[in-house]
This record gives sequence, C-alpha cells and structure tokens, in this order.
Amino acid sequence: MPDKRLELSDAVASIKSGMTIGIGGWGSRRKPMAFVRELLRTDVKDLTVVSLGGPDVGLLVAAGKVKKLIYGFVTLDSIPLDPLFTAARERGELELQEYDEGMFVTGLRAGAARLSFLPTLAGIGSDVLPANKHLKTVKSPYSDDEYVAVPAIRMDVALIHVNRADAAGNVQFLGPDPYFDDLYAMAADRTFVSTEKIVPTENLLDEGSYHTLMLSRMYVTGVIETPRGAHFTTCEPDYGRDEVFQKHYAASAKDPAAWDAFTAEFLAGDEAAFHAAVERFHAEKEKANV
Amino acid sequence: MSNDVTIAEICVAACSDIYRESGELLAHAVGIVPSIGARLAKLTHSPDIILSDGEAFMMSEASPLGKPASAGGVIEGWAPFRRIFDIVATGRRQSIMGASQIDQYGNQNISLIGDWDKPKRQLIGVRGAPGNTANHRVDYWIARHSARLFVPSVDMVSGVGNDRAKAAGLKHHHLGVIITNLAVLDYDEDGRVKVLSVHPGVDPQEVTDNTGFPLDASNAPETRLPTDEELRLIREVIDPRAVRNREVPAPQPVG
Repeated sequence: MPDKRLELSDAVASIKSGMTIGIGGWGSRRKPMAFVRELLRTDVKDLTVVSLGGPDVGLLVAAGKVKKLIYGFVTLDSIPLDPLFTAARERGELELQEYDEGMFVTGLRAGAARLSFLPTLAGIGSDVLPANKHLKTVKSPYSDDEYVAVPAIRMDVALIHVNRADAAGNVQFLGPDPYFDDLYAMAADRTFVSTEKIVPTENLLDEGSYHTLMLSRMYVTGVIETPRGAHFTTCEPDYGRDEVFQKHYAASAKDPAAWDAFTAEFLAGDEAAFHAAVERFHAEKEKANV
Repeated sequence: MSNDVTIAEICVAACSDIYRESGELLAHAVGIVPSIGARLAKLTHSPDIILSDGEAFMMSEASPLGKPASAGGVIEGWAPFRRIFDIVATGRRQSIMGASQIDQYGNQNISLIGDWDKPKRQLIGVRGAPGNTANHRVDYWIARHSARLFVPSVDMVSGVGNDRAKAAGLKHHHLGVIITNLAVLDYDEDGRVKVLSVHPGVDPQEVTDNTGFPLDASNAPETRLPTDEELRLIREVIDPRAVRNREVPAPQPVG
C-alpha cells in the first residue's frame, strides 16, 4: 500500500492562488483547522472556498484569502454568527453562492458523480434563486414538476480532519456524524486528510466498527498527523469544542485591536506554537479563576 | 394551579398541539419552547413522534433539555446530517423554526437584513429553510412578537410563504401555525396570516400594534391553557430548571 504521509506545509504548499478548495466538517464541528491555520501562514489568495462554514471561513476571509464563497451557512454553533465572516459580508467584499444546506449537498453529490447538475426541490420559490443568478431550474421530463438544477460543485483540493487514518489514507470517523467529508473528497481532484492519529491499517477496527470507515484511500492524496488539528472545533470523541477559547475568538473578532492581539498571540507562529499559546491561555484563565 | 401559568407554558402547550396529527415522523424543533413542546407532545397525545437530540440521533426517550444523546435518554436511530436531508425529501419530518422576518403570506427570512449585495446585517444564511418548506410542514416560533419581525415584505425569502409556494407549484408545501409570545397565528384560505387565538392576559390590540401588516385580533378566542397534567410534565419532568421562562419576555401589562 502507498505511504501518503507528509508534512502539513507540503500539503498546503500545493494549494495555489485562485484555486477552489473544499473544507469538510460542519459549522464549528470537526473542521480541519490545522490546514486552515497553515493556509493563513502562506501568501495564497483569491481562493474559492466551499464550506458548510464555521471559523474556517471567518479566519480565511479575515486574512483576505477568499475571493468567492460557496456555502450553506457560517456559524459557530454555540455562538450563532462568526463575526469575521459577518463583517466581511456586510462590507460587501465577497463573491457569494449562498445555498440551502440540502442544495449544497446536492451540488457536492453532482460533483462527486461527475454530473453537471442534480435536481432538487429545495430552493424553489425562495430568494436563493434570484440571489444566485447562475442557478437555473429544470423541467421534469416525466411530469409537470420543476426543480432547481444545482450545478456540480467541483474542487481542486479538499481538506478534511478525521479521528483516525492509516498511512495509505483510509479514513475513520469515530464521532456521531461523518458530515459530508467523503463527498468533498469524491468531488475534489486531490484530498488531504489531517488526523488525530495515524494508526497501522490492521488497527483501524480497534476503536470503531467497520461502519466507521468513511473514506477509502483511493480518494486521498496525502495524510498528516495533527493531534488537536480540529481545535477549537469539536472532534468527538477525542475532544469536544473548546468553548472558552471559541468565546475568546468570537469576542476578539468583534474589535480590530483585540483581533490584532489575538492574531499576534495565536496565529503568528507554527502549529506547535498555536497549541502552546492555547495552553498558556487556559492556564492563565485558570489562574484568574482561583 | 392555572393562575400562575406563564406565557412560556402556554406557548409550550401550543407547540405541543402542532403534533396532534403527526403520527410517526421526525419532530425537528428549534428553540427552547418548541423543544419542550415536542417532548410534551410525545409524553401526552403523540407518543409516536420521533424526537431528535439536536445532534445525530433519534430519541425514543428525550435527552436532557438542550443536551445531546451522550447526556442521557434512549437512542432509537441514527440520523447524521446526510440522513436528515434524505428524511426531509421523504416528507417524514416537521420543523418548528425561528424567523428574523415574516410577511403576511408566511415568507420567512433568516438570511440577512438589507440588500443581498451589501446587507446591513448578515444573519445565519438561509440554512435549511428553503428545503424544509418545499418538502414538509413548517411552523414558526417567535419569542418576541414585534412589528420589526412581522413586516410587509421580507428582505430574503428563506422559508417559502404561501403565495410563492402556490405560484411555484410546490406540492408538499405546508405552513402550519406561528406561535408567538402574544398569540397563535395561522393562515386564511388565501394563505394570508390570520389570528387563531390570543394568549390569556394579552390585549388583542397589542397583537395588531406589534404586527407590521394588517392583522385583526379583535374577535379571536383565547389560546388554551395547559392542563394540570401538562403543567406537571413541563415543570417537573421536562424543564425543572424553568429555562422556558427565560426565552419568553413577559407581555406588556394589559390595559
């Protein structure tokens, strides 16, 4: 079997300005945040980002990396809105395709199946159609029904974060929901997987049944071990959302000076420096609470 | 017992009534009062409905209020988001959703305030509202009935209203009721919002005054009170910490 292990920086170095990248997870849940942070360290820009968005979108948008966003929503779950995204959106600086969640998934399915579109009822009658001028409807050849023809979402690169993977790129999720990570991978030309832990293939079933084997290596380009790589979003059952840190992120994001301080403290160094800074943050919080 | 019934408890009973004829389907409820309402329905007149833990599981016994299945309850099925969209498409689901704006035909907006190109306020996006309203019954829960929310026309139609659904030929479209902290609203035969009942202690004029389109509440009956058994279940079993009363502002004093 191929050995696809590589460094975070090598994977991200293959992402070029102007590319379309998909980011797995959902809201503030199992987001490939180590990849996102690594992207922030590059000078890549003009990305088209495909995401059921959380802080991944907020961070990339605030760093000026995003030209266009294809999304169903952007939320931090326990905090309804991501301040970095809403601020950019209200400045009117993003090119947008805002879909109903189900439409978004329909677009991924079309992309994965190499179809140019798939039909859905979702969106009919709503303002999603006039807001997304590229969207067309299609008449059923069998009845009077009319559907939204959701264009295929294809990506140059998909980034996902999972609980376990082997060195060849067989991917396992151990939490309650696979989200749509497998579809992102199938609809992308290349997929990079970050994982809490790389395990030998023969140990893949040690922690979960075969139902947890979400994605085959045939869809995976590279595998990177990044413990706490989804932080501060959830990565159940390895860890839950770091709500204290997320609150700090959201509060900092509302104020330019506070955001500069947040960036300097947490995002100026490499991945190890980020986690060290988060540890310091929690230690100081704890001291303050004693 | 009835004298100290709160508006939140009246709203919970009204939410519960939504499920009286639902049978076996997934009860999706956004917000504290709707969540309690769905649980109440399951414990009383509608034992067959399937509750969600708000995460990925179907529950035959509810998890603790506001918590996922990992905190308790009995899992009867697995419904990660991909299955949710499949369920929506089969129609075996009902939603009680919130709204930032609703117009007189029940068009709902949760996406943004202002213009699409440069919104005054970006909200959460259309989320699942277009698909939900195209596929199954949708009801709305409004904790603060106001003229800023009930508007002549919404800024971005997320949940499809009756006029639009008719024009577009949506066959599975079904708007149920709108439950607010002042009243229960439904729709007339033309699909326009009308008053079904006004909550006890609320001046009907207050409903009209707090609605941004014409809405006559003068002849509406009173919303039913929860029964003693319902109150016991709400207060002792489902929501002993009385979180419900924090979601609903007390109405202005009457008279």
